[in-house]
Amino acid sequence: MTALLHAESLRKSYQVGRRSLFRKARRFNAVDGVSLTLERGETLGIVGESGCGKSTLSRLVLGLSPCDEGGVVFDGTPLPGQDTEAWRRLRRRVQLIYQDAAGALDPRQTIRTQIEEPLRIHGLPLERAQKAMADVGLVPAMGSRHPFELSGGQLQRVVIARALTLNPDLIVMDEPVSALDVSIQAQIVNLIQDLQRDRGLAYLFVTHDLSVLRHVSDRVAVMYLGEVVEEAPRDAFFDGALHPYARALLEAVPVPDPARRSRAAPRIGDPPNPAAPPPACRFHPRCPFATDVCRAERPALRDFGGRRAACHRVEELSQ
Amino acid sequence: MTWISLKLLRALVTMWLVLTFVFFVLRLSGDPTMVLLPDDVDQATRDFYRAKWGLDLPLWEQYTSYLRALLQGDFGVSFRNNLDAFQVVWERVPKTALLGLASIAVALLIGMPLGVLAAVYRNSWLDRIVMSIAVFGFSMPNFFLGILLILIFSLKLRVLPSSGSGTWQHLIMPAATLGTGFAAQIARYTRSSMIEVLSKAYMRTARSKGASLGQRVVRHALPNASVPVVTVLGIKIGEMLGWAVVTETVFAWPGIGRLLTSAVATRDLAVVQCIMIILAFTMVMANMLVDLIYGWLDPRVRVGRRAQA
Amino acid sequence: MSVIDSVGPGRTRRWLAGLSQLPVVVICAMCFMALMLFVAAFAQLVQPYAFDHVDLMNRMTPPVPLSGATWTHPLGTDTLGRDLLSRLLVAAQTSMLLSILGTVLGAVMGIALGFVAAHKGGLWDEVIMGLVDFQAAMPWFIIALAILAFMGNSMVIFIGIMALYGWETYARITRGLVLSAREQGYALAVRGLGGKPSRVYVHHILPNIAGPLIVQLTINFPSTILFETSLSFLGLGIRPPMTSLGQMLGDGRDYLINAWWLAVIPGMVIFLTTLSMSVLGDWLRIKLDPSLET
Repeated sequence: MTALLHAESLRKSYQVGRRSLFRKARRFNAVDGVSLTLERGETLGIVGESGCGKSTLSRLVLGLSPCDEGGVVFDGTPLPGQDTEAWRRLRRRVQLIYQDAAGALDPRQTIRTQIEEPLRIHGLPLERAQKAMADVGLVPAMGSRHPFELSGGQLQRVVIARALTLNPDLIVMDEPVSALDVSIQAQIVNLIQDLQRDRGLAYLFVTHDLSVLRHVSDRVAVMYLGEVVEEAPRDAFFDGALHPYARALLEAVPVPDPARRSRAAPRIGDPPNPAAPPPACRFHPRCPFATDVCRAERPALRDFGGRRAACHRVEELSQ
Repeated sequence: MTWISLKLLRALVTMWLVLTFVFFVLRLSGDPTMVLLPDDVDQATRDFYRAKWGLDLPLWEQYTSYLRALLQGDFGVSFRNNLDAFQVVWERVPKTALLGLASIAVALLIGMPLGVLAAVYRNSWLDRIVMSIAVFGFSMPNFFLGILLILIFSLKLRVLPSSGSGTWQHLIMPAATLGTGFAAQIARYTRSSMIEVLSKAYMRTARSKGASLGQRVVRHALPNASVPVVTVLGIKIGEMLGWAVVTETVFAWPGIGRLLTSAVATRDLAVVQCIMIILAFTMVMANMLVDLIYGWLDPRVRVGRRAQA
Repeated sequence: MSVIDSVGPGRTRRWLAGLSQLPVVVICAMCFMALMLFVAAFAQLVQPYAFDHVDLMNRMTPPVPLSGATWTHPLGTDTLGRDLLSRLLVAAQTSMLLSILGTVLGAVMGIALGFVAAHKGGLWDEVIMGLVDFQAAMPWFIIALAILAFMGNSMVIFIGIMALYGWETYARITRGLVLSAREQGYALAVRGLGGKPSRVYVHHILPNIAGPLIVQLTINFPSTILFETSLSFLGLGIRPPMTSLGQMLGDGRDYLINAWWLAVIPGMVIFLTTLSMSVLGDWLRIKLDPSLET
């Protein structure tokens, strides 16, 4: 059986600044050669600092913006061209949920109208909206309210319910809980997991927060300046990352028990400007283990028995 | 530099579009020989005049020869009296210019001080009264204002002449009529522009230096606040030309507007065409000047004006 | 569904309470515009005489407070003995309907072109915005004068000219509003749900940008009325046997010496209409965007 989603060498660059007569516009690669695979019912967590291209990647995977190079195969078929009829039909199977739930809702329409909207668009029975609302824990009375009358957690439930009405196979979650209070975060994370169990959903879960990923993901991919630098099953990853950047991220997660706190957390400073990434290994200026080869040669993503990492010095460092 | 030539090019294109528009509107609106010649004229005479005015040529040739003639400064002859159309119109220009300048003077002399007062004493009763007057001022149709002025000053009080243009007394009512609406608009723009300037840091600096209120307003605030006001005035030139036609008609002021209404009534094609071209030219030039001054004063305008529009 | 919620007695009471907090001027303006709209709709039902009924025995009788007036013609009669009140009602109806039609057509055209410019971008955008600049750079009143004079007295042409007056402001505003609304999360979300662009524009963006457009409509309406009345005043818009406020005023101008009311009464109606609309437009604008109240 084919994977639900397979993306191959995705590349996307944006223009920076204005083009003038004498100067070619500079471009920066938001996503630079990323490949990933997602099985049915699986959650792949993608983690990285802000500006590493995770949000761009999620839009590419959904076909919401076109990629410059590479391609995405969803359930055995390549993604159709933007805004075609087939592309619109595909929206029934893939959905996006992102951080700003309040912005994703029309301020002038009632909650019920908006949850029913995908059903109207695709000509599906409106009763599904009731079930979706119940599934995310919204009482029917909420339906007649407007977005400004709801709390942040409730709004995110509305957005999730709206996506659920279409019975999608894949939902991309782009920082779905980052804007919420910690107590609400837990509720929404639990809801997301329950929905996956009940409906067999696959998630691409994009976040900068490793502690959330530890909760929800089956596999974890780490992005740095537009590239995937490490990818591993969850338990293996949290037991010990291979790439120095992934290690630094893990070290930076606050640990509740002071005894387990690492004494020598590597300090890696601020990320470089993504518009002018360093040559060779992009992490070398911040890497405490960088050698000449790191400054000269770009490391490939290599296989290490069920996990992959892009670092010249994996073997030496894991000893 | 490229920015200025872009503006020039834009003005040229606009002008060409106006010329084309004028040509097609006037030529497609019927056969002038039907309108101008008596009904009982025979076909041969009709054809003679058609040939004489070039009306028998294909439309395209008429259009190119029209453009060629305009480029050479030839605006055709008045169908009515066979005089050079441009001459006929040009004679009237000084009167309209006089009226226009007098009205702008009225608008500035009344509008700016009122706007400044309203801004300085913002939210006071004075502000409210000035702004109420302003609403009245620009809601007042100027043909109606003109008629009210004639009723009061010419017919009841008998202090001002109701029509003509001989003396300076003749100018008072037309200038007041045309200027009032603009005075109201200028009062509004001055007020909001002054309020913005008064809140700037350099106004606080001036205050801390011990400058009096009058000095601060006149020396520091007004020069900065008047820039947008003047540009607004430039943009409103076209509106003003339209109103001038009405005002000149009400007061029988012998300017271009009055000529236009009579030429339109007698369907004097060449004269109407000439007037429209001259007025359009004035307007395009005014708009371009405003753009240039604005861009010169505020470099931000030069880049991406469209982007933020 | 939501319609049923909104018609409870509670809503009505709240609405009335809101009304009592309005400035007196705004209430007066609203009442006058309501009256004008009523006249625009029902002038024929309330007019005491046919507006063109000639009664040569009763020529130029003055309106009521003046000596020599009778209650049979409360506003007096004109030079042909036609009842001024009836004529005023019909004239106001004509002027209102024309201005409403012109404003609405212009707004629809401008808004549609603004949407097209924003949606298509590229060459479409350039051409439409070029037309906008062109329209703004033309002395439209004077061109309208020439068109009406040479193309003749046709209602269709007159309405077309009125519609072309002011469309460019709507196009410019709509384009800007659509461009920014389109990047809002809710618009992107509907696209992500599989909605067609038309759905995004009609169901989501249009309702969300309607506020500023309505304000622009109220701001433009007085100038449209003035545009119509000025052209009719010059004898080029509405011509006899039809009548409009501008045409009545233009006719009355010839009798200022012995029957000033023939000009002043229709003039007052025009003035009060534009004044009321300006007051309402200002009030709406500040209500919708409080940052403008400097």
